Amino acid sequence: MQKFFQDAVEFTPILLEGAWATILVTLGSLVLSTLLGLIWALMRISGNRWLDRVAIVFINFIRGVPIIVQLFYIYFVMPDFGVSLTAMQAAIIGLGIAYSAYQAENFRAGIEAIDHGQVEAAQSIGMGWFLTMRRVILPQAFRIVLPPYGNTMIMMLKDSSQASTITVAELALQGKLIAASTFKNTTVFTLVAVFYLVMCIPLILLVARLEKANSGGRR
Amino acid sequence: MIELRDVHKSYGPLEVIKGIDATVNKGEVVCLIGPSGSGKSTILRCINGLESYQKGTIEFDGIRVDRDHRSIVEVRTHVSMVFQRFNLFPHRTVLENVIEGPVWVKKEPRAEARDRGLALLERVGLAEKASAHPGQLSGGQQQRVAIARALAMQPKAILFDEPTSALDPELVGEVLAVMRGLAEEHMTMMVVTHEIAFARDVADRVLFLDGGRIVEEGRADEVLVRPQNVRTQDFLRRVIDHV
Repeated sequence: MQKFFQDAVEFTPILLEGAWATILVTLGSLVLSTLLGLIWALMRISGNRWLDRVAIVFINFIRGVPIIVQLFYIYFVMPDFGVSLTAMQAAIIGLGIAYSAYQAENFRAGIEAIDHGQVEAAQSIGMGWFLTMRRVILPQAFRIVLPPYGNTMIMMLKDSSQASTITVAELALQGKLIAASTFKNTTVFTLVAVFYLVMCIPLILLVARLEKANSGGRR
Repeated sequence: MIELRDVHKSYGPLEVIKGIDATVNKGEVVCLIGPSGSGKSTILRCINGLESYQKGTIEFDGIRVDRDHRSIVEVRTHVSMVFQRFNLFPHRTVLENVIEGPVWVKKEPRAEARDRGLALLERVGLAEKASAHPGQLSGGQQQRVAIARALAMQPKAILFDEPTSALDPELVGEVLAVMRGLAEEHMTMMVVTHEIAFARDVADRVLFLDGGRIVEEGRADEVLVRPQNVRTQDFLRRVIDHV
């Protein structure tokens, strides 16, 4: 046990570097997937047949190809078309796009759960489509979408480990490298697991807090 | 002020409005009565462009009502609507509900809208609920807030779509009282309602609809007290017997 703690102290600085990369990948792809997901969702509910179709095709395409293949494509294939990205950029863009499909369906479900009377009330006081979304629908949908959104954040944190496949030195890859050179598999991977768990906890607390703050005064 | 000429509306092959002509003058209160499915609510919803219509014209102050045209926004700022199920915004306070249109659509300064909003809440008897959320109010209170929200747009006319149908019987009176007050101030109103007594007391004219057509119209006391049409007689007998 004492040996474990000695090793832990030795490996932690390297793993912390990896954890930092994990956080960057997760935050970057979270922001990107949220923005893109919102755009797909709004296209789907826009009432415009063509926008809806484009979004459906895109979402199904993204969902049908494994994340790891999408990452390979962005990092290894795009340079053939003159687009060279750093591993970190490729990871953020790849995971951001991959997850935007799930975000979109989640957002759409939240928006469609809002009573149509709300849209009519907004229209009846002269609101156009964008104002109706911004002032009436999205704030209400936000509350419905929050629990699954929290889930998605946690999944993204863990799936950021797939960035290791395109050489991003994030937590899982750093762990693998230490383990390969020291053979202390038990110590290293236990530490890696604990690191991921510790990073998840603030996300879980954040979602719980937001849900509480948003349930005030209603129903 | 509101003019309907030969208006037709269908949902697919089902024609629900089969040629309606009607005029509502400034300051007039017109009640639409008739059995459910007769097209009363649909007519109202066509007037502020919540529904489209296939044939004929609807004009408001000379502007053609067309839900796919930009002018619909202008029509809607002049013609407010009160819904059967209130449709208040649950995530905003009572006062925020009332000033939402003035602030975001008409771009009124917030302070001004707020003062007017509070005065309107005072008028519908809910000043003390300004910072409550709709979910904390009774149905009758919610509907009064909805009326204040409609008034906040300073409309030229208000459309009421069965404003008391979703209310418990003991809450109907408070809403009708507010509407009576508006009628006394000569607000132009079109009211779809099953409250025959209200229509008799307040309406200048009554339109009786059945099967997507106006089958009888005239002064409230004539249509409601001495109806000529057999279907009107039959409907009123059933409604009044029921009460």
